[in-house]
Amino acid sequence: MNSRSNAFDARLAQERCRRYRRRILDMSQRVAALHIGSAYSCTEIVDCMFNVLMRRNADGSSPDTFLMSKGHGCMIQYVILEEHGILSRADLDAYCTPEGRLGVHPDYGNPGITAATGSLGHGLSMSCGMALAERARNEPGTIYAVLSDGEVQEGSTWEAVLMASSLGLENIVAAIDNNNFQSLGRTSDTHPSFYPLGDKFRAFGWEVAEVNGHDSAAIFEAIAARQGGKPFMLVAKTVKGKGVSYMENVPIWHYRSPSREEYVQAIGELEAAR
Amino acid sequence: MRNSFAEALYREATENPNIYIVVADISPVGNMASFREEYPNRFINVGVAEQSMIGICAGLALKGCQPFAYTIATFSLYRPFEFVRDDLCYQNLPVTVVGMGAGVIYSDHGGTHHTMEDIAIAGAVPNMQIVAPCDPAEVAEATRWCARQRGGPVYLRIGKSGEPILTKDAEPWQFGKLRCLRRGSDVAILTYGVISKMAVDLADRFAEQGKSVSVYSCHTVKPLDRAGIVAALQRHKHVIVIEEHVPQGGLAPQTKQIAWDIQATCRLDTFTLKDEFIHNNGRHADLLAAHGLSLDAIAHGVGLS
Repeated sequence: MNSRSNAFDARLAQERCRRYRRRILDMSQRVAALHIGSAYSCTEIVDCMFNVLMRRNADGSSPDTFLMSKGHGCMIQYVILEEHGILSRADLDAYCTPEGRLGVHPDYGNPGITAATGSLGHGLSMSCGMALAERARNEPGTIYAVLSDGEVQEGSTWEAVLMASSLGLENIVAAIDNNNFQSLGRTSDTHPSFYPLGDKFRAFGWEVAEVNGHDSAAIFEAIAARQGGKPFMLVAKTVKGKGVSYMENVPIWHYRSPSREEYVQAIGELEAAR
Repeated sequence: MRNSFAEALYREATENPNIYIVVADISPVGNMASFREEYPNRFINVGVAEQSMIGICAGLALKGCQPFAYTIATFSLYRPFEFVRDDLCYQNLPVTVVGMGAGVIYSDHGGTHHTMEDIAIAGAVPNMQIVAPCDPAEVAEATRWCARQRGGPVYLRIGKSGEPILTKDAEPWQFGKLRCLRRGSDVAILTYGVISKMAVDLADRFAEQGKSVSVYSCHTVKPLDRAGIVAALQRHKHVIVIEEHVPQGGLAPQTKQIAWDIQATCRLDTFTLKDEFIHNNGRHADLLAAHGLSLDAIAHGVGLS
């Protein structure tokens, strides 16, 4: 089956991301809380991987794999899967209800969900296993994985970073949603030596690019231009809660739903940015 | 047992290109070396990185492969436990976690290398299956089964080296069923794993005193063959459980529970490790004896002179 990537179009990417943020905002009004800031910070990254970089077969399936290692950012994955018809509107409407099948973290077995990644530090090892399995195939698929910066504090992430390099898994394309926030505050306050990140991955034998994680064109170009031969890490500088002024870089929006007033303001800001 | 495992897995791997073995810095004994030489792309050594070992197995299984994770039992189950639970059990993937040298086989290595609670820990997690073969031949049977099953994760608890064959005259091995190694009518001994040799020796002592003894390998510890246990409790006047595991969460308490449920009238004696760490740097037998698991102590405990 012939599969190919979509062409990149900056205007379309921007429009999709606005639409996704709006959809997540709408969903926020149905539940007490959701990881809205965490989804907004990686919106452009996930969009670019899923809608542009992953090759598509004629039937819409992909020989490539997307894995949301930062499982708590899965709202963005849900709304993209909805747009692709892999999840239904009813699925999203039943988010976090006893009737529904979608929860706060992605659950293996649900359509479009590659692995259960509610616990951080698992995704990159599973990506290594998937990439190994793909390598045995005639046309190996690429594993696209999105990690949080907090997740990089897990020792298991570094086990996998070393493994991917030692095994030469060039079919891993990972991105760090580097928003410099974790639940309790700034990542760089928790660990003053957390940065620089890119050098750490380079030192472990990865190819690294560092971009503005809300610049879809930059994300696309950096990944598309990778040399290969090594696993690839995109260190994407992002803003937690990106797109809604009062959420940006405010830790409480890690897991919270906007009030009705806040919702209206957020919608206004998203629309004004068109 | 580890050689028997390596031999059986190597044979399976020659026929099935989806079989992978992911090891954590452990020397490739026996046919493991052949596996490594002939299928280098399917022999993965992660080094001292057990979380990654389990995660990689999960990723392979998510792509349809049949992976085995292999190292010393404490490091294959305890160290990466949350990965075993989340990646393998929660996602219900057909990955075999091999716990080599389980129990207190790594006797003089100290408590960090003892696996005294593995059945309780692995058995507490939904979807996990547990197979603990009694001898090298049973290891081969179990390994073949693990290599071909797609039902979910397995904790394969094996010994190390030098275990005798106990199953020469036994009925065929079947997953999920007690395996009768010797059939009698007075006494039944239920056991699994390396300590099964002690059960067979105990049966010989009984036989010397004119008692007719059954010995069962309860190799599939989860799901436990409840019907088989019930039958053993009903058909014998005296049932004895011997296991190399702490008193909680293993075969002994499960057998007691079943006996209570069916209001069994037989005498029931259980012999397990104690709920205490062992600080003894002797041989395997010395550590077992320190917790009351010696042939003489058990014989005395069951009333044999």
